[in-house]
Amino acid sequence: MESGKNFILGIFDDEDVLLSAVKRVRANGVSIHEVYTPYPIHGLEDALGYKKSRLPVAAFMFGLLGTSLALLMQYFMLGIDWPMIIGGKDHTPLPTFIPVTFELTVLLSALGMVGVFLVKSDLKPYGKAKIFDLRSTDDKHVMAIDLAKNKFSTEQIQDIIRESGASEVNPKNFDN
Amino acid sequence: MQVTSPVREPLVTGGKTYKDVTDDICRQVEGPPTKSWMLGMAAALGALAIGGYALGMTVWNGIGMWGLNKTVGWAWDITNFVWWVGIGHAGTLISAVLLLFRQKWRTSINRAAEAMTIFAVMCAALFPVVHMGRPWLGFYWALPLPNTFGSLWVNFNSPLLWDVFAISTYFTVSLVFWYIGLIPDFATIRNRAQGKISKVVYGALSFGWDGAAKTWMRYETVSLILAGLATPLVLSVHTIVSFDFATSVIPGWHTTIFPPYFVAGAIFSGFAMVLTLMLVTRHVYRLKDYITITHIELMNIVILVTGSIVGIAYITEFFMAWYSGVDAEQYAFLNRMTGPYWWAYWSMMTCNVISPQLFWFKKIRTSLVATFILSIVVNIGMWFERFVIIVTSLHRDYLPSSWAMFSPTLYDMGVYLFTFGLFFTLFLLFAKFFPVINMAEVKSVLKSSTTKKPSIK
Repeated sequence: MESGKNFILGIFDDEDVLLSAVKRVRANGVSIHEVYTPYPIHGLEDALGYKKSRLPVAAFMFGLLGTSLALLMQYFMLGIDWPMIIGGKDHTPLPTFIPVTFELTVLLSALGMVGVFLVKSDLKPYGKAKIFDLRSTDDKHVMAIDLAKNKFSTEQIQDIIRESGASEVNPKNFDN
Repeated sequence: MQVTSPVREPLVTGGKTYKDVTDDICRQVEGPPTKSWMLGMAAALGALAIGGYALGMTVWNGIGMWGLNKTVGWAWDITNFVWWVGIGHAGTLISAVLLLFRQKWRTSINRAAEAMTIFAVMCAALFPVVHMGRPWLGFYWALPLPNTFGSLWVNFNSPLLWDVFAISTYFTVSLVFWYIGLIPDFATIRNRAQGKISKVVYGALSFGWDGAAKTWMRYETVSLILAGLATPLVLSVHTIVSFDFATSVIPGWHTTIFPPYFVAGAIFSGFAMVLTLMLVTRHVYRLKDYITITHIELMNIVILVTGSIVGIAYITEFFMAWYSGVDAEQYAFLNRMTGPYWWAYWSMMTCNVISPQLFWFKKIRTSLVATFILSIVVNIGMWFERFVIIVTSLHRDYLPSSWAMFSPTLYDMGVYLFTFGLFFTLFLLFAKFFPVINMAEVKSVLKSSTTKKPSIK
């Protein structure tokens, strides 16, 4: 069987039921493709065994880049390229460079991190969502299990999901 | 679905289910525009048209159309700029600072407050741009671009330049923060959309969001870090705006208290504007279960606290003027209180210092009518504050022979009207086509105040 085509969906009404179900399903040795929820659920990423996001590192690196670029730009422009005496002060007084440096740090850090987030999560204006169940952006939590990635039979998986508290268990096939 | 805790008041009342939240918010987006929306839009477009004429005349003929003179070189333009930037502080404060402090009541108001922030900053930015006189050359004056003068770079020692960086960074980061929050809600609307156009439009706006647990995890990380970045940012913006004045040598401007005092004033006026807008939105869209009296009361408490900080700052300025022993400084403040602009000063004192003190009474801070009136009073007061600081400090300078008064022309008023038209046009478009309340985040707090463990069937 080809992966990414035939799924079993467990539909859950309640986030706490979902959390315990995710743990139970995984404890039974079933691998979960992904869980789709209408709002962020704390602890779900741990229950699914996801590693912590490294986006904070991206934010820090982009911030560092912003700081360096801002300082380099100001030192180059007012210190090297066209030194001017303004108010009898140094050509390159560091304290007055701090506001612009701070703003550019924040700007690059924010834009860089969000850029990485959009790319990593494959979010783009012409992006098309793979929709398992339309209600997953409304009021239901949808647990998708890829049949091809599990050694269990369809019936076995259905039973495991149903026992763990799903309100509905549906098959879902993508034919493309 | 919603379990009400006996200990803590729920953030959303009316026993809403997740489905109710989706329906209540999406209904405004999906239905045809209401009559009151049409009327509001007509008024906003009218203001935009009349103001647009004044703005066009100002750009065409130059800022001689305004009432500025040799002595008072800054007046309504900068007053309006600071006023709008100040209003633009509440949105990011609500979404960033309250997120860091885990104040979950922000979820009902953050979306609209952030929208207000973005539109207010756009209105604010208009004034310095127009004041340049020849805005089409403004890029070379305001941004470090190579030019044919050498390159003669911009002056990084100038607070006015810091302002360019601060405001544009603030605008960009606020916009990004707002948009990231909108993506999941756009996906909700996309998945409900019936019409062909709305399917395509909300499909594009939602960026292909599917609500996967992994994406939500990243989304939460991004929100938290953006909040961490936006918190010092929001403080820096009005600090830098205050530097425009504080780093000068004009008596009345040259004070070290300005940064904290401006930031407090900005939050003060921003929350007032959020209340003005939200009370109307709440009424028209029937959102009383989402924006509850508790929300309004909490916002009124913020107004009370920041209003008192502003009041103390006013008094401190007077104390410092006396304590400094500098004649020019003392005169500037005496003139402010008792000079020809005494009426502006006392309007400011009444609106900003006395009126918010009424919020000590629980009856007043939980009354919708009183809150609505006071929120407008506060914004009138904050406009006068900037006018008082700017004009009264300038109009009697060191040479009595050059003392002057400022009176606005119709074009001063017209450009101000234009920004109102712009602001309300954008806000009404937002209120019609975007979800006014962050559905995903409201859903995430629906259960949070429960003490009971839901039973697993």
